[in-house]
Amino acid sequence: MTIGIRKVARPREMTFPESLYLVEIVKGLGVTMGHMLRNIVRQEGIMTMEYPEVRRRMPPRFRGRHRLMRRPDGSPRCVACYCCATACPAKCITIVAGESPDPAVEKYPVRFDIDMLRCVFCGLCVEACPCDAIRMDTGWFTPPDDSREKLIFTIDVLLEK
Amino acid sequence: MNPALFDLVVAVARIAVMLAFCLTLVVVFTWVERKGAAYIQDRRGPNRAAIFGIRAWGLFHPMADALKFLFKEDFIPDRAHRLFYQIAPMFALAPVIMTIAVIPFGPDVTLFGRRIALQIADLNVGILYIFAVSGMTVYGVVLAGWSSGSKYPLLGGLRSSAQMLSYEVSMGLSLMGIFMVFQSVRLSQIVAAQGGLLFGVLPKWGVFVQPLGFVLFLVAQYAEANRTPFDLPEGESELVAGYHTEYGSFKFSMFMMAEYFHMVVGAAILSTLFFGGWQFPYLGDTGFLFPGGAGFALPPALVFLLRIGSFVGKVVFFAWLYVWVRWTIPRFRYDQVMRLGWKMMLPLSLANLFATGLILLLPGR
Repeated sequence: MTIGIRKVARPREMTFPESLYLVEIVKGLGVTMGHMLRNIVRQEGIMTMEYPEVRRRMPPRFRGRHRLMRRPDGSPRCVACYCCATACPAKCITIVAGESPDPAVEKYPVRFDIDMLRCVFCGLCVEACPCDAIRMDTGWFTPPDDSREKLIFTIDVLLEK
Repeated sequence: MNPALFDLVVAVARIAVMLAFCLTLVVVFTWVERKGAAYIQDRRGPNRAAIFGIRAWGLFHPMADALKFLFKEDFIPDRAHRLFYQIAPMFALAPVIMTIAVIPFGPDVTLFGRRIALQIADLNVGILYIFAVSGMTVYGVVLAGWSSGSKYPLLGGLRSSAQMLSYEVSMGLSLMGIFMVFQSVRLSQIVAAQGGLLFGVLPKWGVFVQPLGFVLFLVAQYAEANRTPFDLPEGESELVAGYHTEYGSFKFSMFMMAEYFHMVVGAAILSTLFFGGWQFPYLGDTGFLFPGGAGFALPPALVFLLRIGSFVGKVVFFAWLYVWVRWTIPRFRYDQVMRLGWKMMLPLSLANLFATGLILLLPGR
């Protein structure tokens, strides 16, 4: 078996005016100036989003920061079954259960903390929840903050959204 | 008024005006660079710094930058040479500021019966002084690179010394043609000589009598100022930040100021030598006079303003050209820079010199 020869397309040789660069540089300057003038005249053509004022619309199935759901009477829907804390691969959910005052409900969460610094936003807690008490449909990330303590979201914070 | 006192006041005033003009441009161009780069790259650029809620397209960012640099810790790396590390930024900035001394920024004015040249010092060696002083800026870069005691700055310093020395040669030679045509190295005389007409149509600007010299000088200037496409001394993709990697706080900001000052001074020299300095095309001392013979008179004050404005406009345009080119052309590879310098620029500038001499010696001139 002979070795075949394969023709590979090479870039063509530069013509003389091209090899002087000067004309091509002037053309390039034209391109950049065109971009600049267009962006000055039509600011809305710029792709940059001015973040804190303008927020991107996330797709509907985006897994954002969590929220806890409430029953019609306002109490948390969570029954402190620990399913989410067990499913969590990052071990970021801390639940302390207490006896519920409502006779129809066995337990309720006294504490329900999510350490947002450890959360990996996998959504397994939402899948594990038998009561649809935790959702990740807020459509936004964890907002930045200046201390670690503030980023451990307690039940009050999670119920707010 | 006492003549000696008058001279002193005039000298100080000229220095103050020129320095204020250049420093303002330096500050403005740090903003222009960031904003222009952003718009060229379809971004928005700086627009956050605000005073009393007024953002003014990010114009306050240079101020915020300067304040930030002032309040940063002024540290010296452990392995740096303490003395040289500290004088390197001064060596980078001082010579560039000194070069503004010989640039004429306006026509002579008569004040209290005395003629005053709008130029800090009308040296008879003119442009040679600029070469001598701006040749010293390489010390700042090399000292910074060596004294930091770190490998990337050292590489950046070495690169810049080789590059600056190579391009200094063709920079000097590319200007020889100008000196031969205008018969002087004194900048005020070069500017005055550019007021005439070439073939009765074009202004007798350096760019029209020495087109090749202009291109060569422009390229050499970019290499001298360490600006893209020749910004190898600080090539951030290879050398972190090159010679000023180890610098912080106000020392770093002095290097930045030196770079932008270099840009502004380079633009001023370019417009002085090749674009008639403060000369406005077809504008004489009394008014416009167009090649066809048409023309109209203007009051002297307006003529003066037009001339100063012409100088300012040219400087701003060429400083903008530095920014514009930076965001258009990618950086050269190091061997390409050297090849361009020694194998293209040097022979071309010699050929330009030869051709200019030949034409000047042609009989019938």
